[in-house]
Order: sequence, then C-alpha cells, then structure tokens
Amino acid sequence: MVEIQSGIGTAIPPAETEDMELYHPKSWWTKYVFSQDAKIIAIQYSLTAIAIGLVALVLSWLMRLQLAFPGAFTFIDAERYYQFITMHGMIMVIYLLTALFLGGFGNYLIPLMIGARDMVFPYANMLSYWVYLLAVLVLAASFFAPGGPTGAGWTLYPPQAVLSGTPGGQDWGIILMLSSLILFIIGFTMGGLNYVVTVLQARTRGMTLMRMPLTIWGIFTATVMALLAFPALFVAAVMMLFDRVLGTSFFMPALVEMGTLLPHQGGSPLLFQHLFWFFGHPEVYIVALPAFGIVSDLISTHARKNIFGYRMMVWAIVIIGGLSFIVWAHHMYVSGMNPAFGFFFATTTLIIAVPTAIKVYNWVLTLWRGDIHLTLPMLFALAFIVTFVNGGLTGLFLGNVVVDVPLSDTMFVVAHFHMVMGIAPIMVIFGAIYHWYPKITGRMLNETMGQIHFWITFLGAYAIFFPMHYLGLMGVPRRYHEMGETIFNPPSAHMLNIFITVMALVVGAAQIVFLFNLAWSLRKGKPAGGNPWRATTLEWQTPQTPPVHGNWGKELPVVYRWAYDYSVPGAAEDFIPQNQPAPDRLSRGALA
Amino acid sequence: MSVILIFMAGIAVIITWWMAQQRLTSKPWLEVGRAGDVPDGSSSAPATEKIGLYVFLAVVGALFSLLISAYFMRMDTADWWSVPIPNLLWVNTAALAASSVALHWTKAETRENRGEATRVALLAALATAVLFLIGQVLAWRELAAAGYLLTNNPANSFFYMITGLHGLHIIGGLAVLSRTTWKAWNGAEPSGLRLSVELCAIYWHFMLLVWLILFALFAGWANDFIDICRQLLT
Ligand code: HEM
Ligand SMILES: [Cu+2]
Repeated sequence: MVEIQSGIGTAIPPAETEDMELYHPKSWWTKYVFSQDAKIIAIQYSLTAIAIGLVALVLSWLMRLQLAFPGAFTFIDAERYYQFITMHGMIMVIYLLTALFLGGFGNYLIPLMIGARDMVFPYANMLSYWVYLLAVLVLAASFFAPGGPTGAGWTLYPPQAVLSGTPGGQDWGIILMLSSLILFIIGFTMGGLNYVVTVLQARTRGMTLMRMPLTIWGIFTATVMALLAFPALFVAAVMMLFDRVLGTSFFMPALVEMGTLLPHQGGSPLLFQHLFWFFGHPEVYIVALPAFGIVSDLISTHARKNIFGYRMMVWAIVIIGGLSFIVWAHHMYVSGMNPAFGFFFATTTLIIAVPTAIKVYNWVLTLWRGDIHLTLPMLFALAFIVTFVNGGLTGLFLGNVVVDVPLSDTMFVVAHFHMVMGIAPIMVIFGAIYHWYPKITGRMLNETMGQIHFWITFLGAYAIFFPMHYLGLMGVPRRYHEMGETIFNPPSAHMLNIFITVMALVVGAAQIVFLFNLAWSLRKGKPAGGNPWRATTLEWQTPQTPPVHGNWGKELPVVYRWAYDYSVPGAAEDFIPQNQPAPDRLSRGALA
Repeated sequence: MSVILIFMAGIAVIITWWMAQQRLTSKPWLEVGRAGDVPDGSSSAPATEKIGLYVFLAVVGALFSLLISAYFMRMDTADWWSVPIPNLLWVNTAALAASSVALHWTKAETRENRGEATRVALLAALATAVLFLIGQVLAWRELAAAGYLLTNNPANSFFYMITGLHGLHIIGGLAVLSRTTWKAWNGAEPSGLRLSVELCAIYWHFMLLVWLILFALFAGWANDFIDICRQLLT
C-alpha cells in the first residue's frame, strides 16, 4: 500500500469553507465588471487579448497586401510598413499570446484544476486585469498619436528606436510603447503572484504536485519564468524612456543626426540587447510551456489514453524553464562577443532541444494505439504537433551557423518563427477554446463551423508560411517594404507572394467564422452537460456548469489519483475522475 | 550580466531545494488513494500572504540585480565619473536601519500582545521611514546643487534612477505600513496585527539589504570587492 503524502509546506485548506470567507459581489458592477472572481477575470483577459490580437491580424493583412501588390496601396509607405511590423510583432507575442495563456487560461484553469475556490489574492488579481487593459489602451493610443506608433521593430533596438529616422522615434510612438510595456509588466506581476502562490498554497487535499495536470505545470512554470524575466524588459524600458524623455545616455552613443550632434554620448546599445534578450528568449518559452501543457491534456483526453511519460513531461517542462535563462546571447552572435561565451551559449541552446524533443516523442507515443477521437480539440492538437515539428526542423537549419549566415534576415526566418511561436501556440489556443468552451458557457461550440474553421486555418496557415521558406532560400529579405530596384528574384517569387497574401486574407476571414461561432453557440449551442469529453480532471467535476462563484459548493473535492486514468483495465468506464477513490479492496495502489 | 546570473543561481538553488521535497520521483499512476486516507491540513504551513511576499521579493530582487548588472556594464565605458557620496546618505542609512529595527521590535510586541508598545513601535517605524525618504530627496537636491545633474554623466543617471526606484518601493511599503499603523491606533488588537506587522518587517529588512548593497555600489566599495574577487580567481 502506498502512502499518500502531501508536499511539505503545503497548506491544505479545510474541506469545508465557511461561507463568510468568500468574497461576495454585491452588485452587477462588482459581479461582472470589477469582479474579483478568477473566472470572470479570465474572460475579461481573453476578450481583451483577442480584441487587440485582431488588430495585429489586420496589420498582417496590410503588410501582406503591400508585399504582394507593391504600390497599389499608396497609404502603406515604408514608414507605415515598419510601424505595422512592429505593432504586429509586439501585440502578437506579448499582448495576445502571453496575456491569453497566463491571464486567460491561467485564471480560468488554475483554481478549477487544482480544486481551489479562487485565486489566493483576488483583489490583486482584479487590479492585474485593469492595469493590463490600461496597457492595451496606451498601446492602441499610439495609432492615433502624432507621428503614429513606433516602427522600431519588435526588438526596439536603440539607438534607432529613439531617432527621428524611425517612425515614432522622436514623436509619441516609442514613448507610448515603452509606457505600455511597463504597465503590462506591473499588471502581469500582480497576476503572476496569484498564479504561482495559488498553485503553491491552495491545492485541495490529495492534490500533490505530481498529480497536477500538465496544463497546470506548464502555466505554473511559465509564470515563474515570466516573473523573473519581465523585470529585464522593465529595466530596459525604463532606461530607454529616460534616454528618450530626459536625455540620459544609458543606451545612446554619441550621434550626429542631420548635422546636429545629439546630447547623448557613450551609451551602450549592446547593454540594451543583453537586457532585451535576457527577457526575450525566456519569452518564447513563456508562450510555449503553457501550450505544451495544454496540448498534453488535450491529447490524453481525446485519445482516451494516459499521457506517456508523465514524470518526464514534468521534468522536461522544469528543465526547459531553467535552461532558457542561460541561452539569451544566441540572439547576439552578430553583435560580437568572446568566442568562449559564444560556445557556451551555442551549447546550452542545443541542450534545450533534448527535453523539447522528448516531449514531442511522448505526445506521439500517447497517440500511438490510442482510441483517437477526431474532435475539434484533437484536430487542433494534431495540427500543433505538425507545425511545431516543422518549425523545429527549420530551427535546426538556423541553429547551424554555416546555414544561418545566408538565411538570416530572410523570409526563411520569418517562416520559421511563425511556425514555432506563431501558428503552433495559436493552434493550441483554438484547441483549448474548443475544449473548455463547454465548461465556461455550458454549451458546445458548433461542430460544422468548427470544422470549417479548423481546415481553413490549418491548411491556410501552411499555405502562408510553407512557401515562405522558398522565398527565403531565394534570398528575399525580411522587413523589406518592397524589393524596388534590387529585383534579383524570378517572377515566380512574385507569384508566390501573391498566393501567400491571398491565403493570408482567407485565413483571416476564417476567423470570422470562429468569432461568429463563439457568439452563436452561447445561446444556440448544444447543451454540454457537466463533462462532455468524459475527462478526469477536476474542472469537469464541478457541481454546476458553468461553475458558480466559489466553484465547489459546500465541500472541496478530494483528490485520490493522477489526472490521466483513461481506459484503465477493469474499470467500468474509460475514465476515472481524479476525485474518485480507489475501490475499497483491490486498489491498484495495493497491487503495485 | 554576472550579478543577475548569480541572483538567478540563488533562485535556482531555492527552487531545486523546494522541488527535492516534493517527491518528484514518485509514480503517481500507481498511487491511488482510498476514501478516508487523505491527510488533514498540516498546521505548520506558512501563511499564504508570507509566501506571496517571498515570491514578490524574488521579483524585486531580480529587478535590482538587473539594474546593478546594467550599472557594471555601463561603467566600463570611458565617460564614467562616479558620483561623490553626500554625507547625508549615512544619516539616511541610519534612518532606514532604525525603521527596520523598529519593525522588528513591533513584531516582538505584537507577539507579547502589548497594545501600547505596538502602537508606539509602529509609529517609530513609520516616522523613520519617512525620514529616510525626505533624506533621499535632500541628498538629490544637494547633488543637483553641486552640479551633478541627471544627464551630465551615466553615473549620475544611474544614481538618480536606481535610488528613485528604491524610493518608490519604500513608498509602496509605506502605504501598507500606514494602513497597519492606522488600524493599530484605531483599536485593533495586537494579535490581529501580527501577520501584517511581520510582512512589513520582512519587506523592510529586504529593502534595507537592497539599500546597503546599492550604497556600497555607489560608494565604490563594490568595485574594490570585485577586484579582490578577480585577483583571487586569477
Ligand atoms: C495569419 C497570421 C499571420 C500573418 C499573415 C503574419 C504575417 C507577418 C508578416 C508579413 C510579417 C513581416 C515580415 C517582414 O517583412 O519582415 C510578420 C512579422 C512578425 N510576426 Fe507575424 N503573421 C501572422 C501571425 C503571427 C503570430 C500568431 C505571431 C505570434 C508570435 C506573429 C509574430 C510576428 C513577429 C514577432 C514578427 C516580427 C516583427 C519584427 O520583425 O519586428 N505573427 N508577420
Ligand atoms: Cu532565443
């Protein structure tokens, strides 16, 4: 018989909570607007992130239109193009993906999946959302500011970011961008404290760390990373704001601009790059780890099979999280550094590939001989694996210095990073929404609309980014507004560009189907019941669907088993919820 | 970037230590519990607020480590002239240390349930902390009057920026401390204040530690220390 121990230092909450302890909203305003309920905050975060994400999508259309039909859209001049690239990249990475995975899914899923009533600091959690909203509004305001948004590229490298040659550099653009980032980080820190401490302190009885679903492991580790990595961006943003507004010289070397000597001198642009990438590289994994976690759960549930190598999956998540802090300088090979450091950073970069590859094998092995249901969440999960592996393989090309030199700064790179950190996480987000929408609203999303959405999005995204590899191999550069006189590309390259743009428009349009589905199914969707996917994890075992305030009614659930008891031999059903104890005799634990 | 790496290594050690206690090698798929044999809550677990504070301090620590890293990297350039340390900073340091001590004293008093002493001690902590902030502003003005302006030299810029950020953190702490003090003077029992006082004390000790490191940095001792380390290594 195996003993069940809870981890040391875990405060196990009492099984019953006095009704008084919960915060109770008094009016419509505090219930739905200034709400302290993590579920409402999650929805607020998600809707805001999707809204600003749509802006980034429209920007990508405009860029694609310009690339396919240069000159046809006179309002997209070179400056505008740079502004669009910058805002598109920054919004997608930070304001959409980070906010949606951690603020959206984190808020909704953490308390429900670990059997808590809410986040541990609900008030800070509410503030977190409002500060995030403010950050988004400040960012959006830069579209209307004189001079428009910044066009410095999403990496915001100084000195160009604050010079007049860059759009927004000497206007409001860069100031608003930096202020918005600072606000985002403050807001995120308040939320992040909640996500981490809730996982540490508020797990229900029996929910040991090794019984947590991988979704929680992914979100938890990513949040820890984000809490430690965002300060670097914060410092970089504050210092650049000082340079731009107060005239200091942290990053700004002495410069002559249009014949006048600028007041700056001696600053170090390299310092900015270190700070930026100390944040920037972990950021890739801050987006990837929640996706890894969620996709593991989707695959396990919809293939009716326990996740292959659960322990390895947990360790891989933690190891990836740790390693990603010591590889940042691989983004700075071209900036020059001591060769010994270069070797160190190249080695650590390659080592990260090992746990990542292990995860991919484990997903595939979970699918192997599983009872695969091709539901929408499963389709999106499969699409994730395909795109992620594809992007990983091109990453191997780029990791190779000899290959990288001719390919760097071409469309090949654009194709690569859109595959791994653009399309792949987006696939997981869609899969997750199709998976959890029934819990959030009590209704299923419409299947037909979902199928249309999936096939157009998946095949379309492939049609957009796969050909870009060829453009890159032909030498088409990235961040170019038009090819102009330097046309060394065959006409076929141009044809390909038009094709890509058409596909980008189609894929974008397909999202309208998705948004319509979200709204339509709210009223008209098939009623879902409490556990439509017959899943084991706690969020599907709530007494009400959608879960009410406090989540669990009078008694908290008690956890007796891990999250992956699917198709257990001899069991009555093909899944056993986590809160179901072993039968009195002959428990599998006793046999082991 | 070595300072932040050392800091991160410390965090990594703490995380590893914590994870080592979490039975990460268990085989959860073999361990199914039966109804009734789930453990009850352990009473020795630390308060959630305290854990929250520690996590927050890790974030603040990362922030200042990064600032110090940046300071060292920027310092290597030719145009760097260190800021002279106004003598006032010694007074400020004493004030902040006194504030920290006062909070430690408050903590002891709340434990003994002595209401009057708690109130006085809290007030003392509050007053000395405000004194520190006023002193910092005066030190800024003194430097500015002596011609050490923000933009003259990167050393000045760092000095104003880092002390400013440290001051902001103290102001944030003051908000919480004032609330606790206000409660104490409006009839709250010392036993009910124990947790808030303890949290304030931890935060204050931490900000004092940060300040001492920053002081050493600005005074140039940190450089001497690093030079010694370098010599030992080579
Ligand atoms: C249908 C979807 C998308 C399309 C059509 C698209 C298109 C583009 C285009 C045309 C560029 C500029 C390439 C250049 O000229 O250098 C770009 C840049 C970029 N995109 Fe996307 N994108 C999409 C989705 C995403 C997503 C989901 C992400 C999230 C990670 C993302 C992140 C970025 C980043 C980081 C850049 C680089 C910005 C820079 O160079 O500063 N994109 N995208
Ligand atoms: Cu990287």
